[in-house]
Amino acid sequence: MTLSSSYGRLRPTGGLELWSWVFMRASGLLLLFLALGHLILMHLVHTVDEIDYAFVAGRYVWWFWRGYDLLMLLLAMVHGVNGVRVIIDDYLHRPLPRRLALGFLYTVCGGLTLLGTAVALFFQPS
Amino acid sequence: MEIRIKIQRFDPERDEAPHWRQYQVGAQPMDRVLDVLHTVRWQHDGGLAFRRSCGHGICGSDAMEINGRNRLACKELVKSLRQPITVAPMRGFRVVKDLMVDMTAFFEKYRAVRPYLMTDDAPPEKERLQSPEQRERYDDTTKCILCGACTTACPSFWANGKFLGPAAIVQAHRFLMDSRDQGAEQRAGVLNDASGVWRCRTIFNCTDACPRGIQVTKAIGDVKKLLVARSASPDGPPARAQRAGGPPSA
Repeated sequence: MTLSSSYGRLRPTGGLELWSWVFMRASGLLLLFLALGHLILMHLVHTVDEIDYAFVAGRYVWWFWRGYDLLMLLLAMVHGVNGVRVIIDDYLHRPLPRRLALGFLYTVCGGLTLLGTAVALFFQPS
Repeated sequence: MEIRIKIQRFDPERDEAPHWRQYQVGAQPMDRVLDVLHTVRWQHDGGLAFRRSCGHGICGSDAMEINGRNRLACKELVKSLRQPITVAPMRGFRVVKDLMVDMTAFFEKYRAVRPYLMTDDAPPEKERLQSPEQRERYDDTTKCILCGACTTACPSFWANGKFLGPAAIVQAHRFLMDSRDQGAEQRAGVLNDASGVWRCRTIFNCTDACPRGIQVTKAIGDVKKLLVARSASPDGPPARAQRAGGPPSA
């Protein structure tokens, strides 16, 4: 019997943490450019004085801008939720407080994400 | 010269909580903190407990928190420290007495990453050869002396004692990057666990704390990248990564 074969094989545990680590880096990079684009457009090309209902309605005629905002919203929410999940995992060890905190996080952020998604997809300029 | 040193004392048989005690002792500017601790123990308070062995920065026995930073008492010169010098046990470990901490869990984690060469290849007639480039990949992490300074400087470890900790990951790195080793799969289980490398938040305290100057955070990053590469292609990347750097020189 050789050295390593005597140990049997360990199954890697799921890979959630691995992929969340990869996601944080990829989404962080993408978000940086999306947010920079948003900043340049809304605060340099246009000014906040111009931004009103008509401006948004005019912008949302284009599906590109709906997709842009939706992508930024989804990435920001999942990125943020994942970050807070990691903090909860680090600092809340007792099962009940941990479950409550995670439940609160997912409920609130899930609700906000659904609301934002609904606006981006179904907003009808009057 | 006279120096002031404040030492955190705790005797579990007598004290309910740790407390500070200050001593004024004679010392030379080129004395080390370890020399001052010896003076306190030998001339002022024989009850003071601390570990030390080689006294020359090799064995890693006397890691402790000196003026708020994890350092080896045998490497810190008195002249370079602000007074009163404060000395406390490493954070995150159970204190056995005074500056002595219980490192049982630390060494369990060390053993969990299987810090030894694992290979299924038949033993060669002579040594297992590797090129200087292949040797260079894990040169930094061979310097680890297992003092525990990095792990006990890590806020992720303070927050969650289950975290494998930088020291164990450094040990894993030393073998994962070795072209002769084939134990990546066996080590992946413990490293890829929720308490494994992913709990590292890249805070860099470990790099600052390492008395051997190991780039600990970089080594942890290397292990993360190796696991991601493994996950994307379970059979290819580790073998390729380990064998990178050209053929062994004969």
